[in-house]
Amino acid sequence: MSGVEPIGAPVPPGDPGPAGDVIHDLGFRHYDGPRLGRGWVVRSLLVETVRGVFGLGRPARSKIMPWVLIGILLAPPLVLALSVLLTRSRELPLSYTAYPVAMQLVVTLFVAGAAPYCVSRDLRHGVMPLYLSRPMTRADYVLAKVAGLSLALFAVLASAETLLLVGALLAKLPVGDQLGGWAGGLVTAAVLSVLLAVIGLVVAAVTPRRGLGVAAIITGLVVITGVAQLLTAIASERGYDALASYLPVLDPYRLVDALAVRVLGVGAADGMTYPAGVGGALVLAAILAAVVAGGLALLVRRYRKGGGL
Amino acid sequence: MQTTGREPAAAQAVATHELTRTFGPVTALSRLDVTMPRGVVGLVGANGAGKSTLIKILLGLLRPTSGRAEVLGLDCGTDGPAIRRLVGYMPESECLPPDVSATELVVHLARMSGLPAEVARERTADTLRHVGLHEERYRPIGGYSTGMKQRVKLAQALVHDPRLVLLDEPTNGLDPAGRDEMLGLIQRISTDFGISVLVTSHLLGELERIADHLVVIDGGVLQRSTSTADATRLSGVILVEVTDRADELVARLRAIGARVAEGGGQSFTVEPTDDAVLDAVQGGAADLGVGLVRMQRRRHHLTEMFREQEVTDVRR
Repeated sequence: MSGVEPIGAPVPPGDPGPAGDVIHDLGFRHYDGPRLGRGWVVRSLLVETVRGVFGLGRPARSKIMPWVLIGILLAPPLVLALSVLLTRSRELPLSYTAYPVAMQLVVTLFVAGAAPYCVSRDLRHGVMPLYLSRPMTRADYVLAKVAGLSLALFAVLASAETLLLVGALLAKLPVGDQLGGWAGGLVTAAVLSVLLAVIGLVVAAVTPRRGLGVAAIITGLVVITGVAQLLTAIASERGYDALASYLPVLDPYRLVDALAVRVLGVGAADGMTYPAGVGGALVLAAILAAVVAGGLALLVRRYRKGGGL
Repeated sequence: MQTTGREPAAAQAVATHELTRTFGPVTALSRLDVTMPRGVVGLVGANGAGKSTLIKILLGLLRPTSGRAEVLGLDCGTDGPAIRRLVGYMPESECLPPDVSATELVVHLARMSGLPAEVARERTADTLRHVGLHEERYRPIGGYSTGMKQRVKLAQALVHDPRLVLLDEPTNGLDPAGRDEMLGLIQRISTDFGISVLVTSHLLGELERIADHLVVIDGGVLQRSTSTADATRLSGVILVEVTDRADELVARLRAIGARVAEGGGQSFTVEPTDDAVLDAVQGGAADLGVGLVRMQRRRHHLTEMFREQEVTDVRR
């Protein structure tokens, strides 16, 4: 036997201690209280995911990236409000729905930092057996992670939208218009958050090395934006207008923007042309649903195959 | 030991009936019929013997190809979530994220087992203390020794006060001292904490020390399921050492039908099937004019018993 501390030395019976200011070994205490169900388990995992994305409960260096990016995302609304004040404009220079598209690189960086954190650690270090041996399913785990990252993203985007609203109201822009725009912006932000979370988590889940995951997400989202723009430009130059209206939606940001344009009737971010009419809206909605459903299915499959245990 | 006031839901911790699991052409478990009582049950088998497959089925994570398995009276095929609420599992593999502290990890996992937030914190502090992690529990796990990591893995299996813990090769990678401590701790889980234990190992020798019951599987087939007390009682033998001419004494004993195993040098062991054998040892030594150095009742190690059994099987 080595001289290491005894493992929870035998229980000294009796001796309750005078004021509870001394730690007494009470022996192993059993628990007969409530054991909560899957709802609580999923909620707890979701909360832990959201906290982790913002670096809460993690080392200080994990807090730097998310909060720098949040700072960058929240600064422009103030500048925009100031510009409205100074130019005495009657509307915001950037609409609520166009804001995430304009800030797309920063949003992408945020997703790229957050998604690998959400899944890589558990996959890389083999933590999944510890989850799966508890009263939850693989689907519960995936659901909690997707919902957690979506919620975190939405919180950031919604804060930016809300700052934009506050700025607009301070600049005395028409309240009704602004509230309507803001509500539309929130809905758009919610849809975009879910879409980006699913895409980010799928990429992160197949690249268990965290650094690779970050790089893959940035590259993927930036490249697809570039490719979509290039193809759109080529198609419209050759005169394939219908095709040119669909190609931008290869880019997730444009897909959500296009839906916002069709469903909410707002203006497209930087004057893009999107598929027209109810048919176009339905196609866009179908694409969105397919990407989200497909991504979720891929995630569940990934955890069935590689989840360990 | 604390009285728990908890009546067991079933007399057995685990029961399987004709349990079979195949992976394509490979049969991992073949018509396993075994009952494991409460207390410490050792599950012994070489790597690939089917231990991990059995554990996955018991946790309700893998469907048997045919047959049934029950844990604490619950059906593994249909009551998976209920079983996992009442069972703790310590994986064999590395499974700890390095960048969180033991406290953070175990609190989180306690919630994942359905404990309310406050209870999860209290029980985590308690459980980590019981497994012997003190101040270091606030430091990131990445800096822990193998022994400390094994304790964290054990703590997360115990934190929700399960009725049964499944420990997969808990002594893997530990040095002899760490191994002893882990085995002692496992024994205490049963005797002091009142939690049933199913512990696997590929080493029979270490499990015979702590297990009340031993199950041996090989190639997915049940080899033996026996209470440790029975097994060691059956195998109680007498160790005999003489000053000289041990081989002649052995020959005399064999002549009267005694079962003798030569031990090298001037010692051997003999099974005291009846008093005549003991008399023959003493009488034979006197006849040969050699001194009887030692005649000692010895508890046979199970390892030897299984080895002998194999030998006799081969002879047949």
